[in-house]
Amino acid sequence: MSSCRKRCKREILKLAQYLFRLLMGTLSTDSVEDELELSAVRHRPEGLEQLEAQTRFTRKELQVLYRGFKNECPSGVVNEDTFKDIYSQFFPQGDASTYAHFLFNAFDTDHNGSVSFEDFVMGLSILLRGSVQEKLNWAFNLYDINKDGYITKEEMLDIMKAIYDMMGKCTYPILKEEAPRQHVEIFFQKMDKNKDGVVTIDEFIDCCQNDENIMRSMQLFENVI
Amino acid sequence: MAAGVAAWLPFARAAAIGWMPVANCPMPVAPRDHGKRQDELIILNVSGRRFQTWRTTLDRYPDTLLGSSEKEFFYNEETKEYFFDRDPDAFRSILNFYRTGKLHYPRHECISAYDEELAFFGIIPEIIGDCCYEEYKDRKRENAERLMDDQEENKDNKLPNMNFRETMWRAFENPHTSTMALVFYYVTGFFIAISVITNVVETVPCGSTPNQKDVPCGERYTVAFFCMDTACVMIFTVEYLMRLFAAPSRYRFMRSVMSIIDVVAILPYYIGLVMTNNEDVSGAFVTLRVFRVFRIFKFSRHSQGLRILGYTLKSCASELGFLLFSLTMAIIIFATVMFYAEKGSSSSKFTSIPASFWYTIVTMTTLGYGDMVPKTIAGKIFGSICSLSGVLVIALPVPVIVSNFSRIYHQNQRADKRRAQKKARLARIRVVKTGMSSAFLHNKRNGLFNELLELPVMEQHLSKTASLLESQHHHLLHCLEKTTVSLLPTSTISNMTAHEFVDEQLYEQNCREGAVQSYPSCSPSLSSQEGPTGTCCTHQARKNPLPDASVPPTCQGALQELSAVHIQCSDQPALSTSRSSLNMKLDDTSRLNCKSGLITTAIISIPTPPAVSPEGDSQPLTSPSMQTIASSNAVKVSTL
Repeated sequence: MSSCRKRCKREILKLAQYLFRLLMGTLSTDSVEDELELSAVRHRPEGLEQLEAQTRFTRKELQVLYRGFKNECPSGVVNEDTFKDIYSQFFPQGDASTYAHFLFNAFDTDHNGSVSFEDFVMGLSILLRGSVQEKLNWAFNLYDINKDGYITKEEMLDIMKAIYDMMGKCTYPILKEEAPRQHVEIFFQKMDKNKDGVVTIDEFIDCCQNDENIMRSMQLFENVI
Repeated sequence: MAAGVAAWLPFARAAAIGWMPVANCPMPVAPRDHGKRQDELIILNVSGRRFQTWRTTLDRYPDTLLGSSEKEFFYNEETKEYFFDRDPDAFRSILNFYRTGKLHYPRHECISAYDEELAFFGIIPEIIGDCCYEEYKDRKRENAERLMDDQEENKDNKLPNMNFRETMWRAFENPHTSTMALVFYYVTGFFIAISVITNVVETVPCGSTPNQKDVPCGERYTVAFFCMDTACVMIFTVEYLMRLFAAPSRYRFMRSVMSIIDVVAILPYYIGLVMTNNEDVSGAFVTLRVFRVFRIFKFSRHSQGLRILGYTLKSCASELGFLLFSLTMAIIIFATVMFYAEKGSSSSKFTSIPASFWYTIVTMTTLGYGDMVPKTIAGKIFGSICSLSGVLVIALPVPVIVSNFSRIYHQNQRADKRRAQKKARLARIRVVKTGMSSAFLHNKRNGLFNELLELPVMEQHLSKTASLLESQHHHLLHCLEKTTVSLLPTSTISNMTAHEFVDEQLYEQNCREGAVQSYPSCSPSLSSQEGPTGTCCTHQARKNPLPDASVPPTCQGALQELSAVHIQCSDQPALSTSRSSLNMKLDDTSRLNCKSGLITTAIISIPTPPAVSPEGDSQPLTSPSMQTIASSNAVKVSTL
């Protein structure tokens, strides 16, 4: 109740100020309470040697990666909106923003709301030069939205819907409404060995290592850089 | 895809690993990256300024020159760089396009130069970024309008084979094309004025008989006015019918505004003729007479300012409409308010809301006649608010209309100025052309003299100073001469030269006789060299003693007399025929002296009279010619 009253008082004060300024004929001044511009943020990555040590990229590869990164994000960090923009450009037909959100969280390992070059390069290092175990770990991390170590059906459903959203409406055959749910069911049937409704990391890794298709597809993007 | 985003494709592909555990079927095979090479620096040398960039930067846009293999054509093996002979300033923005993915239009750059650069490098202008696109489009539109104006003027040139109908139409649309058209233009204008004045004077009360009140002139001198009216209407009818006949598209002409005005102007007369002395309809007939005032709109054909005004009003139609709408709204509001405010007071003039409309209009436009005034306090308050807001509402759309008018007016001014400048420009260009041809002749003369007389060094030196371009051009003209072997009977077998560049005197003579086709049979160089130039001169003297140039005593004299005949032009340096001569000031536009534009070869500047002193050695032969150029101010009339 008191907060309501406080808010009312604030509003009335603002109105009175506005009327006063109107009558006195003061020209409208820019309000001082500008949000802190994001462009003030400048982030410089750690040195090249350190990154070389921490990731599995060579020096030249890091240089190329950084040039591309800096070109798109001169301030040195990617925030979520930019990330979503960039990722959506690759999927013009559908809506990639939800999946990009999950991806962002997967890359933003320290959860500070922005992906710096180190986060970016570490993620890429795992994805492109990591062992199968590491890759699967990363995938699990992606699916586990609340990072509690278990993938529940709801989390999986969210992820699945996000992936299907990326396809968009114009597909052949037309995607049905319950396609994501069905896909989740299949997934859980495969992965959830003890049928407790959640998938743990061990179940996940075991199951994937036994699946031919998945193992082969993990090697697919080796030579991307 | 934007350039920057292309750099993120590896990331997107890597992130696709996230889908793998979920997928139920095997993935397609990834494309192999053949020819994967290290990123290397490319040097782009644009007119001396070196730009360097990564090869992958340029590869982002493979359908442009720099991104495709087309740039290999510009590769310079020795310096291992790509050389482009283009403007380095404009290249900056083009290279930035590759780097940032956005194409910017630099404001200081000329629009057509920029377009050319873009076209050269294979970049379509539509991808100019939003920040610069508006400016680019504005400039482009301006340029296009200017070009269109120029083109329209070119269209005015008389086409060779216009039939009578087209000539007439052109005469109607553009009175300056011929005297007849001008006469017609003024006559119609005069009659329009007469007609309007007649209409006005008709209603003036003139003279009164004592027992009657003032009679308007129209009723006093009925016959005179009727005759005047008839004459005017006949002229207008004839004009309209002629225009209708001459119009290229009659249907379109009949729909145009001017023709409708014409019809409306003359119709009342005919209607009046048809239904006379019928008391019932004569009232309506009188009303029709009002339409005669539309004749004044016919003046818009005669006045450009009127046309501009009309065009402005048309183009500001939306602003005018808004003005009208807002005024109507305000009128209704205030009229209602005033009516109810004044309802209480007795003997108030505000009897109804529509009656209050009049008060509101008069007040809002600040006229204030005073025939209706509010008496109650509330009425007065609202009345004052009404007048204050009236000023605002009317003042708002007016600047838009004014600025539109100003823009269109200035555009017209610019067109007129350009037309005037065009004449001077064309004249200057013609001077350059004549300069070029006389240089050719000069060179040829020198060359021939060199060959035949083995002249000392001076001439050779002169001919050497002609640039390689010039000498090649002259060689070309020479070849043309040799190609067009004379088919005319006048060329003798002995010196069967091709069409030659004629000596002046003969040309003059041909000019005067109007005989354009005859070419001389003696070549000046041969004749002057061999000494029997005397024969040539005398030969010509026998033919037709030129009044002022026949066997002049001195070369100088001949030259001066000759020069008297030609139209003066400014000094012409002997061998410079470059565009710098465009900068020379013209005293007068150089026109051809004679109408024989059919001559296809140029005229020399040799006065043959130097042969008067046949015993003179080569020096005086050539020096006069140089003197010719140096001392005289005459342009040797030439056509190419």
